[in-house]
Amino acid sequence: MEFFRIKKDIPFMRHALVFNIISLITFVLAVFFLATRGLHLSVEFTGGTLIEVSYTEAAQLDPIRQALGNEGYPDAQVQNFGSARDVLIRMPNREDLDTNRVSERVMSTLASIDGPKGELRRVEFVGPQVGKELATDGAMALLLVIIGIMLYLAARFEWRFAVSAIIANLHDVIIILGFFAFFQWEFSLPVLAAVLAVLGYSVNESVVVFDRVRETFKKKRSMSTPDVLNHAITSTISRTVITHGSTQMMVLAMLIFGGETLYYFALALTIGILFGIYSSVLVASPLVMWLGVSREQFIKPKKEKEEAVV
Amino acid sequence: MNRYPLWKNILIGLVLLWGLIYTLPNFYGEVPAVQVSSGKATLKLDPATVTDRVAEVLRSAGIEHNGIFSDISGVRARFASTDVQIRAKDAIERAFNPDPQDPSYVVALNLLSASPAWLTSIHALPMYLGLDLRGGVHFLLQVDMPGALTKRLDSTTGDLRTLMRDKNVRHAGITREGNTIHIRFRDSAQRDAGRSAIQGSTTDLQLSDRDDGSDDLKLVATLTPQAQQTMRDFAIKQNITTLHNRINELGVAEPVIQQQGAERIVVQLPGVQDVAKAKDILGRTATLEVRMVDDTPGAVEDAIAGKVPFGTELYTERGGLPLLVKKQVVLTGDRLTDAQPGFDGQTNEAAVHLTLDAAGARIFRDVTRESIGKRMAILLIEKGKGEVVTAPVIRSEIGGGRVQISGRMTTAEANDVALLLRAGSLAAPMEIIEERTVGPSLGAENIAKGFNSTLWGFLAIAVFMCAYYALFGVVSTIALASNLLLLVALLSLLQATLTLPGIAAMALTLGMAIDANVLINERIREELRNGSSPQAAIAAGYDRAFDTILDSNITTLIAGIALLVFGSGAVRGFAVVHCLGILTSMFSAVLVSRMMINLIYGRQRKVEKLAIGQVWKPGNN
Repeated sequence: MEFFRIKKDIPFMRHALVFNIISLITFVLAVFFLATRGLHLSVEFTGGTLIEVSYTEAAQLDPIRQALGNEGYPDAQVQNFGSARDVLIRMPNREDLDTNRVSERVMSTLASIDGPKGELRRVEFVGPQVGKELATDGAMALLLVIIGIMLYLAARFEWRFAVSAIIANLHDVIIILGFFAFFQWEFSLPVLAAVLAVLGYSVNESVVVFDRVRETFKKKRSMSTPDVLNHAITSTISRTVITHGSTQMMVLAMLIFGGETLYYFALALTIGILFGIYSSVLVASPLVMWLGVSREQFIKPKKEKEEAVV
Repeated sequence: MNRYPLWKNILIGLVLLWGLIYTLPNFYGEVPAVQVSSGKATLKLDPATVTDRVAEVLRSAGIEHNGIFSDISGVRARFASTDVQIRAKDAIERAFNPDPQDPSYVVALNLLSASPAWLTSIHALPMYLGLDLRGGVHFLLQVDMPGALTKRLDSTTGDLRTLMRDKNVRHAGITREGNTIHIRFRDSAQRDAGRSAIQGSTTDLQLSDRDDGSDDLKLVATLTPQAQQTMRDFAIKQNITTLHNRINELGVAEPVIQQQGAERIVVQLPGVQDVAKAKDILGRTATLEVRMVDDTPGAVEDAIAGKVPFGTELYTERGGLPLLVKKQVVLTGDRLTDAQPGFDGQTNEAAVHLTLDAAGARIFRDVTRESIGKRMAILLIEKGKGEVVTAPVIRSEIGGGRVQISGRMTTAEANDVALLLRAGSLAAPMEIIEERTVGPSLGAENIAKGFNSTLWGFLAIAVFMCAYYALFGVVSTIALASNLLLLVALLSLLQATLTLPGIAAMALTLGMAIDANVLINERIREELRNGSSPQAAIAAGYDRAFDTILDSNITTLIAGIALLVFGSGAVRGFAVVHCLGILTSMFSAVLVSRMMINLIYGRQRKVEKLAIGQVWKPGNN
């Protein structure tokens, strides 16, 4: 079996500007939604209490809301989780709430409601301080990933590649966040892990293309820079599609079989994979071109250095 | 050209065999067991004698066991079924704790790995499952360090007072103000005497002079940074020990109690469902304090009116009577070696019998001798709030370190207080700042979900690879399977905690690991397309793809390591598997698949065609 039978290099670079404008628009939209709607942060970041209760039959949400309101938790959010039988209750941290006892009180409140009795599936209580630390640690991790990858790429390739790869991949990350902001999907710790993994994954993709660019520059003397980029992308395109297809199959299995917890994790990865292909081919490569990559940067004559100083 | 030397084949074979052996324990599952551990902080459990005793008890009761094992935490016996397990537990319980009111040992039901002994003996253990996969409770506790510092300074204040008296230095009052201790003097000669006395007795204090007026000379003492650091370290260690003892009372198998950061402690209790009980035992940050009662006439009335006399605090005695207690602590729970519930010999009231250590006994003897006729308050401090348990009048000097607390207690309360005190007091109060509970059915569901998504994802990739790359696809699939094998073996060996995000990382890593094989296979096809001979195409394909694989995996690894360093909880569980998976995937994609290809094609002198699927050449369509 073979999918790709490409006779000539595909002229990706000819449309580079168009794609980058599209990218820029998506990026700006993502930033806009992040700024206006914000992320729907999970209890791990905001602090608060989260209780998952499972009923044997479809749960009635209104009596639960009412009972909790009477008990002094009017700001409790009650919603279905996964199925009609599972209920998720969220409560923000409050000064006057004895946070350590909340789960017990809520469970006893639920037990006082008529009808089927619920079974406690999961309780998560996170203090406000812990949430803040998680958020700063997450930001630190992101920063460290960016710096580490840039340094590695700059050392292995050239600074132009490092800069364009990082811009292209941050663009992916922002777009994933934009999706989460727009749809108000829950942004939890596993999702953060997915986002950071996407950063590594998406750079991975750019590196494969860049690797080919470097090789082509060394091998073919007469090619112009856009042609080199086109050739590099075209000759790796079958690998790009197959690899991402395979990873996506795995992620799809997680989306289907992984349940509620892995759902958003897999969703973040799906968006990351789609934009990862797009950005490494159509954002990172043109950026490298515009930053002025050329053959000379890879074939370094030793004596020229002195002249360059003058 | 495509041959590995024999040693390389053997080496790869050995690595795979190692992977298989260390993966094995995960398939055996768990068998019911009974765990015996020490029930008292004072009782040291000797594994050898306890093992013999357990064996003896089981033999005389006619119960068959499948082996008895011991480690630092206790002794465990395995059984064939849960019925036998429960009978065995009852038998052992009866033999080890003849008095159920005063258990010396904790006998608890447990689950042990069912893998054969030879696997266990080479430390091949199943993966440690996180709470989200097996159910249980997770607590993150914050140690109140400022509180510990205040407590330490308060006791230092008392020590200084004694020191001044012993050395005959006249002072005009010693008080703690914030994080400093102020000692007032009337003249500088006394101050110099005081300074040299303090410097002669301790190196933990930094002293500085302060003159607030001609007749108000002060010595300001602060704890040195080293002393503060030692105090912090001690506080967290003491609290961990105390938690160990308290959790032991719950009879939990394999609890996790670890320090996290400078002032936090993680407690994980797998399988615990009675959260309220667990919280109660953990959260009761009770410490015992013995202080003197201020019986100055009229002082209590003043205090109730809002004018609490200097150096005292107002408390409520059990039963509601107000009581004025001096701030100076005579004795703390640290000096306690044992506490047992019981009854007062004369009144037959419920009581708690305390035993003090040597230093505590001496202090107690001195204080009781000096204060005959006065009242002494025994306070239980819980979460910063004190309660006077009892305030008896001292009739005579109490020596020997045996003290009894009684008064308005029910038997159950006496039991609780004794348990609390026996388990040891905390060096500093703690607060639960994070709590997670996962039901056992949810845990089993999570495992099934994670397992299914990995399985189906793997199958989809395998089918595709075999269809697309033919024989090379089969080799890639085997390489991918060996990657999974090595990853599981490595996780089992490291006893890293596997969580649901960890399983997700496993699935994602497998999805990404196939990239290396795709790179190689595509490269070989390309070489063939450009007219290379099959053997040359294999060699060039593997060699050229290697650089790319290295670069792309290192960038991914950088991201993984950042997650590992800065992540916590779910993120860290993800990162561990992700990082290890990248390493194993490089090994399996490059070396294992190359070895197989070499074994298939390397032996043939002339290879006509590679079974790598269709290779289309631009010239011949």
